[in-house]
Amino acid sequence: MSDYKLSHLQELEAESIHIIREVAAEFENPVMLYSIGKDSSVMVRLAEKAFAPGKVPFPLMHIDSKWKFREMIEFRDSYARKYGWNLIVESNMEAFRAGVGPFTHGSKVHTDLMKTQALLHALDKYRFDAAFGGARRDEEKSRAKERIFSFRDKFHQWDPKNQRPELWDIYNARVHKGESIRVFPLSNWTELDIWQYIRLENIPIVPLYFAKERPIVNIDGNLIMADDDRMPDEYRRQAKPMTVRFRTLGCYPLTGAVESTADTIEKIVEEMMTTTKSERTTRVIDFDQEGSMEQKKREGYF
Amino acid sequence: MGNLNIKEFLDKDEQKDLLRLLTAGSVDDGKSMLIGRLLFDSKKIYEDQLDALERDSKRMGNAGDHIDYALLLDGLKAEREQGITIDVAYRYFSTNNRKFIIADTPGHEQYTRNMITGGSTANLAIILVDARSGVITQTRRHTYLVSLLGIRHVVLAVNKMDLVGFSEARFNEIVGEYTKFVEPLGIPNVHCIPLSALDGDNVVEKSERTPWYEGKSLLDFLETVPIGNDHNLHDFRYPVQYVLRPNLDFRGFCGKVASGIVRKGDEVMALPSGKKSRVKAIHTYEGELEYAFPPQSVTLTLEDEIDVSRGEMLVHPGNLPVSDRNFEAMLVWMDEEPMDADKQFFIKHTTNTTRVRIDGIRYKVDVNTMEQSAADKLVLNEIGRVVLTTGKPLFFDAYAKNKSCGAFILIDPITNNTSAVGMITGAVDVQDMTQRRGKVYWVETPAEAVRLHDSVPGTVSVFDLPAMGIEPENYTLVEKMCNELVTQRQSVICIGKK
Repeated sequence: MSDYKLSHLQELEAESIHIIREVAAEFENPVMLYSIGKDSSVMVRLAEKAFAPGKVPFPLMHIDSKWKFREMIEFRDSYARKYGWNLIVESNMEAFRAGVGPFTHGSKVHTDLMKTQALLHALDKYRFDAAFGGARRDEEKSRAKERIFSFRDKFHQWDPKNQRPELWDIYNARVHKGESIRVFPLSNWTELDIWQYIRLENIPIVPLYFAKERPIVNIDGNLIMADDDRMPDEYRRQAKPMTVRFRTLGCYPLTGAVESTADTIEKIVEEMMTTTKSERTTRVIDFDQEGSMEQKKREGYF
Repeated sequence: MGNLNIKEFLDKDEQKDLLRLLTAGSVDDGKSMLIGRLLFDSKKIYEDQLDALERDSKRMGNAGDHIDYALLLDGLKAEREQGITIDVAYRYFSTNNRKFIIADTPGHEQYTRNMITGGSTANLAIILVDARSGVITQTRRHTYLVSLLGIRHVVLAVNKMDLVGFSEARFNEIVGEYTKFVEPLGIPNVHCIPLSALDGDNVVEKSERTPWYEGKSLLDFLETVPIGNDHNLHDFRYPVQYVLRPNLDFRGFCGKVASGIVRKGDEVMALPSGKKSRVKAIHTYEGELEYAFPPQSVTLTLEDEIDVSRGEMLVHPGNLPVSDRNFEAMLVWMDEEPMDADKQFFIKHTTNTTRVRIDGIRYKVDVNTMEQSAADKLVLNEIGRVVLTTGKPLFFDAYAKNKSCGAFILIDPITNNTSAVGMITGAVDVQDMTQRRGKVYWVETPAEAVRLHDSVPGTVSVFDLPAMGIEPENYTLVEKMCNELVTQRQSVICIGKK
């Protein structure tokens, strides 16, 4: 790179920091949604960068569906402690106490109650007027059209046909009471950019991303890890040790592993470059119905 | 990956630069097909996406026996049903030398605002035409918009060459027509390529079916076009975004370098206060920098305790932007709701937000013919040259000289929608101010009239209607008469209860 020119990653980093600061400056009560995944890890680091040497002026919030991998929860708590984050954890306790879970209620009901409803409830509870999400536009077709500042009405709904024009780096942050903006500072990052950045910046990520021998059950073609004893016995009995890793993280019964020996970031990237499956095929929830991610987004899911 | 060591690959990848490009064309030009092919042929479409694609193509494809690449791109259900792309969609791909972000925008008439949206950050624009129809109204419109946005590189992609038998004569005819049209717009770099997105001719590889074409394939051109640094490196402008005070000893001004270069030790001036200090340090998470340039996001600390807040600007004292409440701009109306000149909008320019009034429209531009005509308002997708007055001074440069300090958006105070976007052309000189159309004001007491009189520019007449013995039932007539005066560049203040 020449003296006055940035590499694409430096340019993306600068863009994201600008977006994050803009939210801190323009909104009264922003929050950063934290999924514990690799994209979230990058987003969180960018927030730390944006306000260094000061503290990040907004909290981190995790919507805990109560079915996350145990390693995710451990990672979340230790990261927040180490870097001094104000961490909010919210769950749909009513549905949890009623016994809602993916094994008993299926992925659609579980996701709606434990993720979407829990999120909407938490946003209302704290009256957040802006919520950062780690979504990237290259992840999925309907996300490709979303603005960086994405307006949500009082019911947290997204109207893809009526989005605010968004030009240059001038973001319209004005909302009425009850309305909010979802902000996607990683919009222009690709999956490779994320891995590259994690590698260059030494950003900690959940160990589940790296290959290791884990107890695995094949459920309808998905390699599901037997992470706790809530997995029904009929499945748990079939668990066999397999060397796998996870390309995405979520609720363990809904997240398929891939067979892999990639135990370093370089190997993961190599695998990714030669792989034939895009990352969302390991997310069981996307196959519920035609246009399923778009449907979820309209309803308020990220 | 072949034998390429993954570490080498990553180290090389890290050094790539970024080209943001805009694609524009009409519904049937095969634009989505072209992008699909760029993505496909640059090996970024994964196998399972392809599986789904083959399934979808059989059910609702518009490409006959070919894979319909457009289905990869047209994400939203409603669009699929209509068979057209209706919004800006962003796509990502990379080659050995560059990363690309494509803003895919529709050519459909009522969605011009989306093209403006997609084009605002682009270094380069690909404008598609159908070789059979050549340069059409939409081509002219897109090219005009591209020039308005200050995009410096344009590729005219003459698509569907297969349908005109790869005719050199037809290609030259289109290029000739386009060149004649584009010349007065002053776009520095225009390049025309004959191609077939459907068959892949001249998209990635040079086609054998156009032996007469000596230029590069589209991808080759995109990979090698020198975008240099599109940023202005001469005029240091640092809009303060956020003030960081982690403790009493540290007061940092966070911001993105909008233009120019700042070095540690530089003398800087804060606007609007005019107070001067020196740059003590340029902070980042990784440590201090010796200098910073656009579009870096940094935090500056100053030698002296001077008060600077968000919306204010740090500059070099010897190189100041224009600081004014009045200026002229090209305005693009983006809202379904037409412009209401009586409404006070919010303007957001750099990190500065304030009230703004639209004082007048000098003319509107027909985007198809580029002819200018008089207008008293703008509606969705219309473009006009306007005169604006803001509540507090803005620190700006002309957009043509410095994009990041010449661009702004107007926000409707009631709906909060982004109603319009603008590009500043320059300040308004005072003499010019009186050339504008006046305005009729109604107040109830002489005291209010006196107060108002001072703030209304130009020639102002005051009519005290009760004192003149005019009855309220005749006020409509008076208003009619006043409206005549207004067109003669006079403002009128009427005292009387309407």
